[in-house]
Amino acid sequence: MTDPTLYALTGAALVGIGFYGLLAARHLLRRVIAFNLIGSGLFVFFGAAGARGAEVDPVPQALIITGIVVALSASALAVGLIAAQTSATGHATLPDEDGGEDGDA
Amino acid sequence: MPISDYATYAFTGIGLFFFIAGTVGILRFPDVFSRLHALTKADNLGLGFIALGVAFQADTWRDIAVLALIWALALAAAGTVSQLIARDALAERDGR
Amino acid sequence: MTLLLDVTLCAFVLGIALATVLGRGVFRAVVFFIVYGLLLSVVWVRLDAVNVALAEAAIGGGLTGVLLLTTYGKLARTGAEADVGRGGPNLPVALICAGLTGALVWAWFALPLPQRPGPELAEALPRAGVGNPVTAVLLNFRAWDTLLESVVLLTALIGLWILCRDEDWHARLGVPQHSRPGGVMAGFGRVLPPVGFLVGVYLVYVGADDPGGAFQGGTVLAAVGLVAALAGLIRPPRIADWQWRAALVFGPVVFLIAGLAGAVLFGGFLTLPAEIAAGAIFAIEAALSVSIAVTLAFLVIGPPQAGHSA
Repeated sequence: MTDPTLYALTGAALVGIGFYGLLAARHLLRRVIAFNLIGSGLFVFFGAAGARGAEVDPVPQALIITGIVVALSASALAVGLIAAQTSATGHATLPDEDGGEDGDA
Repeated sequence: MPISDYATYAFTGIGLFFFIAGTVGILRFPDVFSRLHALTKADNLGLGFIALGVAFQADTWRDIAVLALIWALALAAAGTVSQLIARDALAERDGR
Repeated sequence: MTLLLDVTLCAFVLGIALATVLGRGVFRAVVFFIVYGLLLSVVWVRLDAVNVALAEAAIGGGLTGVLLLTTYGKLARTGAEADVGRGGPNLPVALICAGLTGALVWAWFALPLPQRPGPELAEALPRAGVGNPVTAVLLNFRAWDTLLESVVLLTALIGLWILCRDEDWHARLGVPQHSRPGGVMAGFGRVLPPVGFLVGVYLVYVGADDPGGAFQGGTVLAAVGLVAALAGLIRPPRIADWQWRAALVFGPVVFLIAGLAGAVLFGGFLTLPAEIAAGAIFAIEAALSVSIAVTLAFLVIGPPQAGHSA
């Protein structure tokens, strides 16, 4: 195993964990966190791909920095939407998943 | 091994001890105030000794100054946050 | 020995990620996510990407953490922070996610090995005008991506602003903050900004030849403004203040002008010939840092909300 392979596997596992969090969680803030997990897992995977070979490749690093900033702005917008949804309905869940705890589908 | 490496091992080891002590304190102490107490020991002394140990590996005085600045900033942040948490916990315990 | 370090680090990262997703309570998930961000910046250092480590620590761990914590506080005020019924572990979804991970692992081993960072990049770097290869890529070779990214930041901010209620449009941004006069937070909010300002400007300046750059420095500057605002020492502006609108668009506009100048003078949009590259990159970076700092600070502060005294 070359050095970045361990990190690539970690990145792949992070993507899987993040997707599980995104699909299995009902609270919207948890979903935003899971979305960030997916993004950072993909960045680690990408960065590990750039770290193979003798010299580290700066192009993936630049794209990852761009991605981190864009992920923050997406999270900020998502969080604003959550706040608006909560002040409108009182719950931080999607409308068709509301009331699941009462036993309805 | 040059003397500086011995010094690095020694000071980093001491810092590690403080971090372990602080972590055990956070996990085992009963209430917020004593946990904050343990946390600040880890932050101040632990980070300070690790910064001191790493400073022996620095190449220039500028690097040492940067390490000292990092420790000072972490100290200020930890102190402020501990005060705020403690004040909030006190208010909550006294029923606001 | 370094293999032991790598294995321990990856184990920690995966453990924290699992705790984030599976732990009880939303607050626990937020706190663990902040810790995860800090561990991830160590991962980036191990992957030889110090610029990315700085960006991840500042933006991924710091600003995203602040965002999530303030939102948690907002939800807690109305009782919506309670973790809605999650039930037991969801086996079909877990299998799908395991399949996704497996697909990525297969893709990793199926990718052909690259031959060094491309011969074209190696011979173009000395002509880029800066010593830091990541800055060269961000602001010279792939400047188009960075220009679009600065516009994306602005778009997200506008999207956030649209979410406020109509009658709040002229209020100040975010919720009003206050601290005890003479207390610890007020003192911190006075002592930190000068130091933080210096660190942020230095990060932008040194990003030309050493790890650093506009995004990392801009984030530190945004954090400095946020600390002062959280201590109640400065009040967030209104959307209609033209100075802040100008600061928001300053970066993209300068970038665009540089690009058009390149098209007119040097025969290609965003072309920077080697003689003027260093100066042009510095000017673009300075303008971009101002815009990034203001945009990130506004993104974290939030849309205008009623409640500030006039």
